Amino acid sequence: MHISVNVDGVTYADEVEPRLLLVHYLRERLSKTGTVVGCDTGNCGACTVHLDGHSVKSCQMLAVQANGHEVTTIEGLARDGKLHPVQEAFHSNHALQCGFCTPGMIMQAIDLLADESDPDDETVRKGLEGNLCRCTGYQNIVRAVQDAAQRMKPGAGPKQEQHSDEHVPSQQPVGGE
Amino acid sequence: MIPAEFKYLFPSTVDEAVRMLAEEGEDAKVIAGGQSLVPVLRMRLAAPTALIDIGGLTELTGVRDDGDSLLIGAMTTHYEVQRDHLIHDHALLLKLVTDTVADPQIRHRGTFGGSLCHADPAGDLLAPALALDAVMIIAGPSGRREVSASEFFVDYFTTALAPDEILLDVRVPKYTGWGAHYEKLNRVAQAWSIVAVAAAVRVSDGVIAAARVGLTNVGSGPVRAVEVESALVGLPATAESISAAAGRASTGDGYKDNLARVLTGRALTAAVG
Repeated sequence: MHISVNVDGVTYADEVEPRLLLVHYLRERLSKTGTVVGCDTGNCGACTVHLDGHSVKSCQMLAVQANGHEVTTIEGLARDGKLHPVQEAFHSNHALQCGFCTPGMIMQAIDLLADESDPDDETVRKGLEGNLCRCTGYQNIVRAVQDAAQRMKPGAGPKQEQHSDEHVPSQQPVGGE
Repeated sequence: MIPAEFKYLFPSTVDEAVRMLAEEGEDAKVIAGGQSLVPVLRMRLAAPTALIDIGGLTELTGVRDDGDSLLIGAMTTHYEVQRDHLIHDHALLLKLVTDTVADPQIRHRGTFGGSLCHADPAGDLLAPALALDAVMIIAGPSGRREVSASEFFVDYFTTALAPDEILLDVRVPKYTGWGAHYEKLNRVAQAWSIVAVAAAVRVSDGVIAAARVGLTNVGSGPVRAVEVESALVGLPATAESISAAAGRASTGDGYKDNLARVLTGRALTAAVG
């Protein structure tokens, strides 16, 4: 079947078998291997992506069901080489051990923060109920999500940008003027 | 794990969907959100010859006010049910039950009607649908028909839907002002209920005026605890009368009997507030 799907801002037109799972389409056809297959049974949430702005498990969906829709993967979060605030928070809070669950955790955390801008500990744990970390590194994941909430608060933006600006010179080529 | 091959059809109207079902025969299957069906396909527990995806039938989405009752479109997602104001105001029990279904990702895709049609006895939405006297509005080749929840759930994973029929809407009478609670026992996150109890209670001047109690996963389908319901009516809304009435919950299974009684007591206590 012919499908047209917007993934991370780019529209792809492809011929796919109806039985192709969305996660396999992303990984094998579009080479978006940032989205991983964890359990293959719909439990672990490692394959979480956003479909029209809401988190879904891409192993629980057929690629044809995404026809005409927008998909965002972990690879579509960074802007102009700058990580998403949730990615930054996971990085600075050491919210990963082996890192396999991280793409799904981050995608679900972003979804959670869209509904709950300042979640308490319990709300974060409930919101990440569909994501498993087999390293059991949950403490720092919860901390990272709460840290991300602070980074994303209204008013936190300018400070964030200022923070980034400070780092820009080091990324500039040496020399010049 | 990859599903077996199937033909994929995407109807744009209910009539077209019904026609496709008739044409493809009894090995065709309707796919709604697919949160139960896709795993079943991947594990090859089923291998339908054709999938009819009703994801394009937007008229089956949303909740409407229909006088004394609500009409819930079969394709309304769990996420939408959780946030719907009509459901919150007139069928609070459904919201509270839906809050416990699976996890956020699955609630974004999974649908109210899909869960009822899948008819997993451990599925959370069957017991409240039964307890609240929901009515299924069904389309088939010979037109529309209505089936009460008590007749809709036939057996394990089996409903009164014929192979060429589609669930369109679910009519739920309004329970405005009723207290409600869903008490669910499961061991780990995402697990299905071992037993769960859905309770809605209307209290007037400290007296229980009416009660609805449905049990999840105590048999081949949802069970309504009618003995508990009738024992409660007319009693003061106190811990003693709730405890006595909850003792009438029965499942025909020793271990689950005890769970059903304990959880019924907890659900009613919370519902009475």
